[in-house]
Amino acid sequence: MNIVLAAAAATLFGSGTYLVLQRELTRIVLGLSLLAHGANILILLGAGDPGAPAFVGTAADEELFDPLPQAFVLTAIVISFAVTTFLLGLAYRSWVLTHDDEVPDDVEDRRVAAQSEPSEIDEDLEDVEIELDEQEQEQEQR
Amino acid sequence: MTFLLAAPIVLPLIGAGVSITVGRSRATQRAIGVAVLAAVAACAARLVQLVDHDGPASTQAGDWPAPLGITLVADRFAATMTLLGALMLLAVLLYAIGQRDVEERHVGFHPVYLVLAAGVSGAFLTGDLFNLFVSFEMMLTASYVLITLGGRRDQVRAGMTYIVISLVASALFLAALGLVYASTGTVNLALLSVELQTLPAELRQALVLLLLGVFGIKAAIFPLFFWLPDSYPTAPTAVTAVFAGLLTKVGVYAIVRTQTLLVAPEDRPGTLLLVIASITMVVGVLGAIAQNDIKRILSFHIVSQIGYMIFGLGLVTVAGLAGAIIYIVHHIIVKTTLFLVSGLVEHRTGTGQLDRIGGLARTTPGLAVLFLVAALSLAGIPPLSGFVAKFALVDAGLDAGAYGAVAVSLVVSVLTLFSMTKIWGGAFGGDIEPPRSAQRPLPMAMVAPTVALAALSLVVALCAGPLYDFSERAARELMEPTAYRTEVLGP
Repeated sequence: MNIVLAAAAATLFGSGTYLVLQRELTRIVLGLSLLAHGANILILLGAGDPGAPAFVGTAADEELFDPLPQAFVLTAIVISFAVTTFLLGLAYRSWVLTHDDEVPDDVEDRRVAAQSEPSEIDEDLEDVEIELDEQEQEQEQR
Repeated sequence: MTFLLAAPIVLPLIGAGVSITVGRSRATQRAIGVAVLAAVAACAARLVQLVDHDGPASTQAGDWPAPLGITLVADRFAATMTLLGALMLLAVLLYAIGQRDVEERHVGFHPVYLVLAAGVSGAFLTGDLFNLFVSFEMMLTASYVLITLGGRRDQVRAGMTYIVISLVASALFLAALGLVYASTGTVNLALLSVELQTLPAELRQALVLLLLGVFGIKAAIFPLFFWLPDSYPTAPTAVTAVFAGLLTKVGVYAIVRTQTLLVAPEDRPGTLLLVIASITMVVGVLGAIAQNDIKRILSFHIVSQIGYMIFGLGLVTVAGLAGAIIYIVHHIIVKTTLFLVSGLVEHRTGTGQLDRIGGLARTTPGLAVLFLVAALSLAGIPPLSGFVAKFALVDAGLDAGAYGAVAVSLVVSVLTLFSMTKIWGGAFGGDIEPPRSAQRPLPMAMVAPTVALAALSLVVALCAGPLYDFSERAARELMEPTAYRTEVLGP
């Protein structure tokens, strides 16, 4: 059990969780990659103590390091790499459309919420309606 | 047998590859997509037949023996899910082709759709936890692309929520995998079912609950459901239909598989599952009541219905599990149909907002009948398929003495009916709106797959007896996974 690796995994999970809870897309993307790295290190940690490279015949069987977790991590890295790329593309698309890095509220959701308490959020409702109209126009233009 | 087990995963992947290379010709892409999915459905149907006759079947990729190599296993439950998945994917693909919307505009639709199909079949047929992760990722990555296809502002926003939640779940899944491997030294499900029992009880329970949490996010159970009604409705109709029918059910499948195979019967968290199931049912149906958009109402109902499936699992009896299986079968078909119908409504009127449409029962009576068959079935009105499924569940619940959960499920049924009445009143009853002249005709190519699925749900209701017997056999196999273990690991 390697305490440094364990601490690294814990730090990555902690900071990743913090970043994912932010509203800016770039931070969320960074947070997600930290989370994935944390999980990868956790898997490596689970493989046990370090040993000889896993080539048959180079060392006694019991000295070999278990290669399976490395295969897991490799697969997981490839997957998270691909998905992060897609996410960055989407974040860029979102920036092009809104010129803002923040994840906006769900308009329909706010409209439904506004239905239930009309007195409090009349102004909010107006905003939402304007936003809805804008979206419709956008769609019509397309 | 090796071919039958591998085909549902390999054929769509090959199809996806070929489909990219012929991107210029949409007609060729269509032919490939339909042919591949039809072939997968045929293989899966044969698999169901064989597995029902001879018990679980397995194959080892590259002939590496069991705990080392990649194992594919099919028992009755897995084979049935694969068959249903292929049928839904095929019907929705035909619908999408008929709609000539996203499918026609995007070169990537067909390849990505086939990758999704491969991921879904992979998740059902895999015999180890790590390949379950890979299949999930394959399916989810494809779904990220499909949900944002079109790149509209609301789609990007909703897609973002969906992707971030899925990725957090994936990171948790990876962490769970690491912990399971560290404590047992294997990820093979059959071997895990033996090895996990040798661990201390606390550790075992922690691992099982972690897996439940991970799959709970994917299956959208309470309190992890919030992303679903937010993200599904904005996707293109055909895409939403296949997501609604299949993707959350892959999560439910994973929950059922891990909770039955990895946990000994006396350890299963029955009460916890029953509580989660009851709250999921109630929260989903109450959320639906406040909505105004057809697709959003239906999306909340997905959550509510996931509760019924978990309810069956939580009873920890053969009858309960049989009820859950028959409910999943019914739900996949009916939910997909309902989303396709809502797509037809949108196609005809241009919107799914209930306060802007009306009178469709007079302008398109056929569509109204289609909706009624699916909606009443969802609410559980006899003699439709929903009644059969809910009857099986309620009966099992009463036998197991879970009166609270049974009462909740009955009340939720009534509320479901209320919600369906709301859609009926908003879209099909009332004044004709928008005017007849502004309504677009419905292409036969879209209507035909919808009718076929509605007919399939009627078949489920008609064959209720044999289907229940089959579910009971599948449930018995899940409750006592000895045959599964012997098949994978050898005697």
